[in-house]
Amino acid sequence: MDSLEAKVVVLGSQGVGKTSVVVRYIGKAFSRHLSPTIGASFFTCKLTIQGFHVKLQIWDTAGQERFRSMAPMYYRNANAALLVFDITSYESYLNMKTWVMELRRNVEEAVVMCVLGNKCDLKSNRAVNTTEAQQYAVSIGATYFETSAVSNEGIEEAFAQTALGLIEVFKNNESQHNKSNDSLDGVDNVLSPQYPLRTNVIKTSEPEGQRIFCC
Amino acid sequence: MATASCKSLEDSETARESEEETEIPKDFEPGASSESILISIDLYEEVENSPGSVYEDVSYRRRKSTICELERSAGKRVLAEEQVETSKSFDDKSQDGQLKAEIGHDESIRIKNSPNVEPIRIEMESIQMSSDEEKHEIIETAEDIHNPEWKQHSKHIFILSEAGKPIYSRFGSEDKLVTLMGVMQALVSIVQDNGDVIRSIHAGDHKFVFLVRLPLILVAVANTNASAPQLVVQLNCVYNLILSVLTSTQLCSIFEQRRNYDLRRLLGGAEKFLDNLVDTMDSDPSFLLVAVRCLPLTSAIRDTISQSIVQYCSKVKNVVFAILVAKNQLVTIVRMKKYSLHPSDLHLVMNLVNSSDSFKAAESWTPICLPKFDSSGFLHAHVSYLDDNCPACLLLLTVDKNLFFTLQECRRKIVERLHRYNCLEAINASLESEGYSVSEVGLPDLRHFIYKSKSAAQFTEPRLEAPYVSNEDQSNLFGLYQYLHHRMYNSARPLKILFYVGQKEIMLSWHMAGFELYAAFEPMVTKFTAVNTMNKLVRWIKKEEDRLFIMNAPTI
Ligand SMILES: Nc1nc2c(ncn2[C@@H]2O[C@H](COP(=O)(O)OP(=O)(O)OP(=O)(O)O)[C@@H](O)[C@H]2O)c(=O)[nH]1
Ligand SMILES: [Mg+2]
Repeated sequence: MDSLEAKVVVLGSQGVGKTSVVVRYIGKAFSRHLSPTIGASFFTCKLTIQGFHVKLQIWDTAGQERFRSMAPMYYRNANAALLVFDITSYESYLNMKTWVMELRRNVEEAVVMCVLGNKCDLKSNRAVNTTEAQQYAVSIGATYFETSAVSNEGIEEAFAQTALGLIEVFKNNESQHNKSNDSLDGVDNVLSPQYPLRTNVIKTSEPEGQRIFCC
Repeated sequence: MATASCKSLEDSETARESEEETEIPKDFEPGASSESILISIDLYEEVENSPGSVYEDVSYRRRKSTICELERSAGKRVLAEEQVETSKSFDDKSQDGQLKAEIGHDESIRIKNSPNVEPIRIEMESIQMSSDEEKHEIIETAEDIHNPEWKQHSKHIFILSEAGKPIYSRFGSEDKLVTLMGVMQALVSIVQDNGDVIRSIHAGDHKFVFLVRLPLILVAVANTNASAPQLVVQLNCVYNLILSVLTSTQLCSIFEQRRNYDLRRLLGGAEKFLDNLVDTMDSDPSFLLVAVRCLPLTSAIRDTISQSIVQYCSKVKNVVFAILVAKNQLVTIVRMKKYSLHPSDLHLVMNLVNSSDSFKAAESWTPICLPKFDSSGFLHAHVSYLDDNCPACLLLLTVDKNLFFTLQECRRKIVERLHRYNCLEAINASLESEGYSVSEVGLPDLRHFIYKSKSAAQFTEPRLEAPYVSNEDQSNLFGLYQYLHHRMYNSARPLKILFYVGQKEIMLSWHMAGFELYAAFEPMVTKFTAVNTMNKLVRWIKKEEDRLFIMNAPTI
């Protein structure tokens, strides 16, 4: 079976529930006692989908303003981004959009984007219209999910969709490279002139399989 | 209250050098080793000589940044030119003088040149006040100030900007304290206009202590046993915490661009660290002594731990410090050759670990500035707990922001080796026993003590046991230690030994070239017995030093 490894960055305002969503997905439980993230936390997880073993390296970033300038360190080389806002806060929705712009400005490679409207269990306090968010997501070529870490809605789906997006990117790159059998063994080769397309998919000689990206 | 008893018993204390302790060699220092993992300094002097503004600090760091030096040696970044360190002494205008001022009724303040009006005293660096009377009305509107509960807190800490904008208050919301902070800013600037620096105001039991570190102003208002110099040291810690979050470079440029900037935006989320730090300082001798508490471990175990870290970290080029802490106690530090850690930087690291559970959820990669190491920039820290069942937290600090995955692997191997040699069990066992009991010392009249090895910048104390069980009794004891410490360091009359009869206990403190010792005794103990007991105590500490202190300073 094919396997691939990819780097996912989770971005969004402070307190929108980024860590809760990731912990819910990986730990299969909601934890009320999470502290605000400091810097960024690193998680990994594996899933199998459409005949692919997908290993995700997840950077769950801190939303606090003081870490904003550190963000490039975490999204640099990301293959996918989960852009999270809180459906009860329009401000967090606007802030999510600034993350999208920042990614577009600073990341050259195609990034699989997935917008999450979190805390959808708090429907009565909704401040962001579903259609508006949906349309925005489409306009940037992203998918949109309403999620809740509390009631465990939409999270599995969002991660699965992200993995599918990554597989698609992987397949595209694969065909573009015409399945050349170069055995590259490090990130240094990613931008080597052999690959004028500047793709970030590299094949590794590791038995683990192919990596979309390696640290 | 402890304060009251201090006053009433002032007479019964004696300061003297007794003959009994001469049997202890002058340079005796249990816990000291040839090379120390920590920098030992006299913070009380250091604070005095620190630059009064971050701008001075920044221009200094521009010339000499440890991080740049490290990056250069790592071949990372070659800076345009290397500049030679010049030893600039910061403006030394401390001709000590006192200015007495009077606060009249109606909350208006009159500062006069005419002296001797108790009970309110404003201490400044020198007397340069204009002779004209200045009158400043305080318009009082903020509700918080009139709230009796708010008034009753025994220690307030405020941070404001040079422009008087509130940044932090330990109690109450900053927004409601705008007026009060305005007054503080005014006090600072009135005195400043006269080319002077305000230090403290004494009003009855309350001390108002100022630390001006432009663009910030820090103020402590307390009616605790903490002396004004002790409060200044606390404020300095708070200031360093701000630097550790922002760096001096950032702090400086923010306010250079916008004098009116609301710093709370950037400090959002860091209030927790401030709260935790300020709370800890009320009961933890680390800050009073500017020293670090070590987790008691046999030297064999500690060496195994250090060696495991050395073994794997030495393979990674750029690790500057590897720090292992467990519940506010230091297990070990491994450091890059030539570089040592300052105890107050370590306090900040411990405070960071203690105030956030975020590191328990997953391994983290976070920027942190260690202001004494280099206030101008961030180090990057890989932070992780050793195991779900072990509350020891490992921090690997580097200047290379791309090192996460290397350090992750390095950490994995370290933990594996620690498991193999049962180090986690040893750490847990020590944590569970909560240190040691004073009864292990085998000196019947001794209730509790704090011993600091000066050159090692480490201290040890037994756990608090009966009669120090309730919070109140514990904080009274701490108040007594603060009082002793203050008396010993009193610049007008520093003491070598102090015998103090308290209301519920007898206290003795003793300073030698190499150590500081403070102890609490049963109330009926005689001076002779107490002094004798102290002699036996330091010998016991000597015997146990391998376990109580970190005697090796492993480097990579
Ligand atoms: N009702 C509801 N609350 C949620 C949900 N997800 C998270 N929360 C709550 O929102 C708060 C913040 O959650 P975190 O996961 O820490 O948020 P974060 O985005 O990681 O925050 P930072 O790390 O500071 O950037 C916590 O109190 C969570 O319990 C959700 O789906 N529904
Ligand atoms: Mg988080």
